[in-house]
Amino acid sequence: MKPIKKHICIGLLFGSLGVWTAALAAMEDDPVLAKVMIGQLEMRAASGDNPLVWDDVQAWVGKDLNKLWLKTEGEYVNNRVEELEIQLLYSRALTTYWDLQAGWRRNIRPEPTRDWLALGFKGLAPYFFDIDAAVFIGESGRTAARLEGEYQLLFTQRLILTPDLEINWYGKDDVGAGIGSGLSDMELGLRLRYEIRREFAPYVGVNWWKKFGDTGDFARAAGEKTDDFQWVIGLRAWF
Amino acid sequence: MRIGYQEVNFTGHRRIATAVNGTVPSPVLRWREGDSITLRVINQLAVDSSIHWHGILVPTDMDGVPGLSFNGIAPGETFEYRFDVKQSGTFWYHSHSDFQEQTGMYGAIVIDSRQPEPFTYDREYVVMLSDWSDEDPEKIYAKLKKQSHYYNFRQRTAGDLWRDLERQGLKQTWNQRAMWNRMRMSYRDISDVTGYTYTFLMNGRTPADGWTGQFKRGEKVRLRFVNGAAMSFFDVRIPGLEMTVVAADGQNIEPVTVDEFRIGVAETYDVIVAPKDDTAYSIFAQAIDRTGYARGTLTPDPSLMASVPEMDPAPVLTHADMGMAMDHGAIDHSMHDMDNAAVTTAGRVGHGSTEPIVHRATEFGPQVDMRAEDPQYRPDDPGIGLRDNGRRVLTYADLSNLYPSPDPRDPEREIQLHLTGNMARYMWSVNGIKFADSEPLELEYGERVRITLVNDTMMNHPMHLHGMWSDLESGDGAHLPRKHTVIVQPGSKISYLVTADARGTWAYHCHLLFHMPGMFRTVIVS
Repeated sequence: MKPIKKHICIGLLFGSLGVWTAALAAMEDDPVLAKVMIGQLEMRAASGDNPLVWDDVQAWVGKDLNKLWLKTEGEYVNNRVEELEIQLLYSRALTTYWDLQAGWRRNIRPEPTRDWLALGFKGLAPYFFDIDAAVFIGESGRTAARLEGEYQLLFTQRLILTPDLEINWYGKDDVGAGIGSGLSDMELGLRLRYEIRREFAPYVGVNWWKKFGDTGDFARAAGEKTDDFQWVIGLRAWF
Repeated sequence: MRIGYQEVNFTGHRRIATAVNGTVPSPVLRWREGDSITLRVINQLAVDSSIHWHGILVPTDMDGVPGLSFNGIAPGETFEYRFDVKQSGTFWYHSHSDFQEQTGMYGAIVIDSRQPEPFTYDREYVVMLSDWSDEDPEKIYAKLKKQSHYYNFRQRTAGDLWRDLERQGLKQTWNQRAMWNRMRMSYRDISDVTGYTYTFLMNGRTPADGWTGQFKRGEKVRLRFVNGAAMSFFDVRIPGLEMTVVAADGQNIEPVTVDEFRIGVAETYDVIVAPKDDTAYSIFAQAIDRTGYARGTLTPDPSLMASVPEMDPAPVLTHADMGMAMDHGAIDHSMHDMDNAAVTTAGRVGHGSTEPIVHRATEFGPQVDMRAEDPQYRPDDPGIGLRDNGRRVLTYADLSNLYPSPDPRDPEREIQLHLTGNMARYMWSVNGIKFADSEPLELEYGERVRITLVNDTMMNHPMHLHGMWSDLESGDGAHLPRKHTVIVQPGSKISYLVTADARGTWAYHCHLLFHMPGMFRTVIVS
């Protein structure tokens, strides 16, 4: 099976579990529930073809304290998937606001495919910052770390501004994947959404990213940009 | 009595309710003290059902709690309830299965006294308050687990921050916000489920329709208020009329005259009003979070309507509501891991517990988000949103039994129970342990025990003990009011005495429907 098809299958598995578990949720204090969250699904205004980007797309199935957690992000441009990453994690509530998440990460695009063990913390920090911080251990002694943060600034009960940040760091060069050691890339976004319903919120915003160090050099050598500032239009949703 | 599906339309959309004999609310049952009652309840639903007689002293196998009193009533089956009525007053009944109560299964019980009543009136009405949602309760529960603030559209905004900065400057604003920000809690979190989905009903009438009760000028009218809501507290007043509260939870009290009272989920209050003019009056029951209201009209003439008052501003929680320490802290991390609470010798009856507040090890973990540092005993507090509002508001300190306490003994021991939860994960528990993982609370038949409830959350919890009275320590130890449901205010503690005079297996739980699955204990009297 091609990797992409396999990942669609995982997605369908999550979806069907969700339908199946809804029927079980009676007076049970801790029913098995499922949630799908699309943090960002957006068109970006770029100089060439406008990419369709999804980031912070997640789903979980489970109970209060233990969940099976799927995360994916990627980019679709020129009729092909340019970037695709998925993570399949076991998530366990550790403290009032923090979950420990451990599992598997696979980078499918750009090729070559890279597999990692993932270990992270996801939760709500004081002052209401949503944080997802993880380290990854790959084959051939590869290591990586990622920090994602997000904040919700309410202008009204439905009009909400979300600054977000993502930083990636790698332990060593991976020439095949175009990744250099050290701080590799950073992304900053500012998105203004309107919650038509809690579950459904279109947004507009801006997004800026930059590649640093060797990663930047690899991009330059391949004739790619090392930074970009883009207008975005998209949808945040969950169910 | 027939439990079945019934089409209703409270919002402009047709929905299927679970109803007794085809009506929402369920029919008023009228009994007489001393009667022997036989009720045949047939379940025509596709799922199990049950009826619990709330506040009625019945044998343990007639109490109607599936899994504790009996196995529930299977689809198509009939269950025969038989018991003797040993009391009088205003009570109610409801389903104790799944979340059926929210979908329409609640009704009032009026029991006439054998003795002449200690007050007079010319006519009476039941006023049943409730909350209706077009959403399935299971869906509401799932939404709360996925996004606990789903129904709260009163969150703090950038505009509020700006106003605070303008009014009081950066330093003061920062200091004020710091605790909430560090705790990751919202001071505007009053009700889990709000008027966003609920339509508040008075005797099954929406605010648009309104319920109407007629009177003749000069008559005394007894209103029997019942809060049959799933999740909503109400603050009740009748602008232009003072209300004399004569009974709480069906039990006569020393009459007290007020302008307003708060009725927690599952409580009942009987009030007498005496309209002196030929005008109409609004019965106004605003939800505690001010996201809606139920209303009715008392009028001498159905064509005469009264104006409906504006709702009060939405209340916000204060440091005191969080049980913050004023000068001394509580004891953390101590005692043992047993579910049964600290058992100590207890002081004399009347003013509640003086025992130290002990947060057990089980209260620490992902299932709990706060522990009250210094919960105060404050029966004289009308509660959030009602303090200093310029009206005479009933408090628990106003409740005094009309008769001497039937059991004047001092308590032999004290049980301290902490009401706990994690709002963000939407988990609720007692002492940090949810019902599914808990051990029963054991009482010895005949003993007099003090139960002290400590609220380690920022919500009001109406705690209901089945089978036995909760003799609330509201002040006068010789005249403790007997209640079946006691509000524990956020960040406070409250005590009552229980005479374990009913053998069997009983339920003890928070009566907020979506807290109940976790914040629940079995009580065994043997």
